[in-house]
Amino acid sequence: MYVAVKGGEKAIDNAHAWLAEERRGDPSIDVLSVAQIREQLSFAVNRVMAEGSLYDPQLAALAIKQARGDLIEAIFLLRAYRTTLPRFGTSHPIETEKMSCIRRISATFKDAPGGQVLGPTFDYTHRLLDFKLAADGDIEEAELASKPLDEAVPHITNFLNAEGLIQQEPNTDTEPGDLTREPLELPANRALRLQSLARGDEGFVLGMAYSTQRGYARNHAFVGELRIGDVTVEMDIPELGFSIEIGEVEVTECETVNQFQGSKTEPPQFTRGYGLVLGQSERKSISMALVDRALRWKELGEDNLGAPAQDEEFVLYHCDNIQATGFLEHIKLPHYVDFQSELELIRKLRREAQSHLQTQEAAE
Amino acid sequence: MTQPLLDVRGIAKFYGARIGCADVSFDLWPGEVMGIVGESGSGKSTLLNCIAGHLEPDAGEVFFDTRVDGMKDTLLMSEPERRMLSRTDWAFVHQHARDGLRMSVSAGGNVGERLMAVGARHYGDIRARAIDWLGRVEISESRIDDRPTAFSGGMQQRLQIARNLVTGPRLVFMDEPTGGLDVSVQARLLDLLRSLVREMGLSAIIVTHDLAVVRLLADRLMVMKDGHVVEAGLTDQVLDDPQHAYTQLLVSSVLQD
Amino acid sequence: MSEYNFAYLDEQTKRMIRRSILKGLAIPGYQVPFASREMPMPYGWGTGGVQVSAATLTPDDTLKVIDQGADDTTNAISIRKFFQKTAGVNVTEKTAEASLIQTRHRIPEVTLREDQILVYQVPIPEPLRFLEPSEVETRKMHALEEYGLMHVKLYEDISKHGAIATSYAYPVRVEGRYVMDPSPIPKFDNPKMEMAAVQLFGAGREQRIYALPPYTEVISLDFEDYPFEASKADHACDLCGAENSYLDEVIIDDQGGRIFVCSDTDFCTSCQDQTKEEAA
Repeated sequence: MYVAVKGGEKAIDNAHAWLAEERRGDPSIDVLSVAQIREQLSFAVNRVMAEGSLYDPQLAALAIKQARGDLIEAIFLLRAYRTTLPRFGTSHPIETEKMSCIRRISATFKDAPGGQVLGPTFDYTHRLLDFKLAADGDIEEAELASKPLDEAVPHITNFLNAEGLIQQEPNTDTEPGDLTREPLELPANRALRLQSLARGDEGFVLGMAYSTQRGYARNHAFVGELRIGDVTVEMDIPELGFSIEIGEVEVTECETVNQFQGSKTEPPQFTRGYGLVLGQSERKSISMALVDRALRWKELGEDNLGAPAQDEEFVLYHCDNIQATGFLEHIKLPHYVDFQSELELIRKLRREAQSHLQTQEAAE
Repeated sequence: MTQPLLDVRGIAKFYGARIGCADVSFDLWPGEVMGIVGESGSGKSTLLNCIAGHLEPDAGEVFFDTRVDGMKDTLLMSEPERRMLSRTDWAFVHQHARDGLRMSVSAGGNVGERLMAVGARHYGDIRARAIDWLGRVEISESRIDDRPTAFSGGMQQRLQIARNLVTGPRLVFMDEPTGGLDVSVQARLLDLLRSLVREMGLSAIIVTHDLAVVRLLADRLMVMKDGHVVEAGLTDQVLDDPQHAYTQLLVSSVLQD
Repeated sequence: MSEYNFAYLDEQTKRMIRRSILKGLAIPGYQVPFASREMPMPYGWGTGGVQVSAATLTPDDTLKVIDQGADDTTNAISIRKFFQKTAGVNVTEKTAEASLIQTRHRIPEVTLREDQILVYQVPIPEPLRFLEPSEVETRKMHALEEYGLMHVKLYEDISKHGAIATSYAYPVRVEGRYVMDPSPIPKFDNPKMEMAAVQLFGAGREQRIYALPPYTEVISLDFEDYPFEASKADHACDLCGAENSYLDEVIIDDQGGRIFVCSDTDFCTSCQDQTKEEAA
């Protein structure tokens, strides 16, 4: 006698208990601390902050621990937490011009005021597994330079601007929309597109950027400047009547110099792409700049070549990995009611096709 | 009949300093076919698209006899009104059939769509009318469930015509309807268009660079050059006794084909 | 969970959602864009329904949550526990005792009343989505009432299969105006949508809310000569004997033996209880 399956609640509780055990792993091995993640897995922390749209390395590290290293799961935790936080207001726009750079490079000039500062990059490492790391040894402190970096690190694009060689970005005072407060409606202005890309999945944005380099709406990008470092965050406090610095965040900013454009009436100028990400996150910021530029085809009077990176709807609707994974993984949920109706339909259609065939044969 | 079906006044379209078309006026009566000829760049397609509502002109009015509401300027209509008009009273035959068909929908579905868009809800009737129309454009009933991708160029064009005419429009716009087709296929298509236009009492505006098309189909003719109408009149008169130097050139070059 | 507001969402967010709901009720079947919030469960797992329920619940409500018609499926349990934690409302498995029912993929078999609210979880709110992938284009089609393409799809089905080949998420026309996706309920449930209760539809990931006020006209699309059929498996429930409820097919042995049981578990239990009472 069939008895309907019950006990879903118990199953869920047991699943969670087992999950906690798996998270802990072998009990004879030391527990991973949140501080260790925060300090020693900073690129993971950076990605989680960037795509979680929340600057808090400690919380991001906690999320990574809770998510057992699944970064998209960690981003989800951070975003869900962010939703519950009260909003006190908005800060002034950060001034990347005043960044204290730990890294600053340009591919367009051999040198420029402020210098080329390599910073703590993987770029020139040889990708050879370092088994010394497995031995958890201490490292030597890096040597300090004889003098500090220049304080003034002007944007490279300013120099191109001075000659009139690069397009000016229009300055507006309009408040940008907030993707986390309003539904995304198309067509989206550039501010919303950049917001969406800033918190978009690194892999997706990378793939889209790569596609432009391979000819799907190529825009000839040069890295005009990549800078990474801390910027201060300033905010107006109504009770005080003036603004104060409330803290510092680390950001990565990438400005690309792209395909120049001109017309019969206007001399040619370089065009631009822009990427800005929380934390040190180079790959993402460069990808973002390339995709930003590709999405600007209409306002720059270019042709729509039908490339995926030019399709605003395609890019913006599919770059959010929390939406993507939610919907992807939801197909694990029971769908047997709908499947049942498909079964009924296909059985019916097959019966009718069969009897149709039989009638035909009988007639012959 | 005291008023024309279509009364076009002072249509102009500019692209910066360049003239797309300028100062074009004419009227069209029920059952009349107007041909617009010229070389490429003459502005004839621009003019057609302005009148048909595909392009927004910079000046001018397009009065259409809507039956219900009398003569109305279609350029001032709301988008829903205009889209309704283009599904019922108006039809547009594109030069490339692909632009006027749904390539992933069967021939029957393509012909039936306009009927369904205006409320036809009986599958059997829709299918019967589709079969009837396919027959009228000389496409075999056996092809009704095939996709247009499986049709030859000429068949696709005939399907486009069927799709457009099934709701009995009163005004048909045609943009180079025989363009890109073989000469023999063209002849067949022109014959078909001629009999359909006569049978249904259609008014039509046909844009073409091919004088043979207007000779066969058009009652009246406008010759365009550099965005302006340089000559207009009855087709036979204009072609047999061209007055303007440009028209003379056009007519004489046809004989060299 | 005292650090969270009643039913988790803050009051501003609830206000925003309620405005969207009211707009939806004023224009039955029209998809209202809303700023979906990140919730503690993933997109695709009912966040739209949860946000609508959260904005609609009051402390006096009695909540029922079902998935595939059953109260005991894992996601229904998860959502019900969420509201128990964050709202502390009474919960029930009995449809007749619930004031708010959140559902995925089924409408309860028992007729709903004027004092009840049914909240549907919706994955893809746009009925034209698979015919026209562009959102910009589909919004225009709805605004201009251009639904020819929808009927073309039905025509194509019949020409290919001899019947309309949609068995769930079967499109409907609301009050003769908007074409709407009823969410992936089996077409068997479509006729129930003309009901006394308020129906609210939430799509979190796609950021849309739509609604049907009580006694709204909801007509499943069809052709006159191929009329809509609310069909189900040609069986009765093997547990309670009901002839007119939607059935799950359950495989019970290695030879593929199968039985059919009511998908609506509360309905089935009530039927069985009633039979026992009558026998006693």
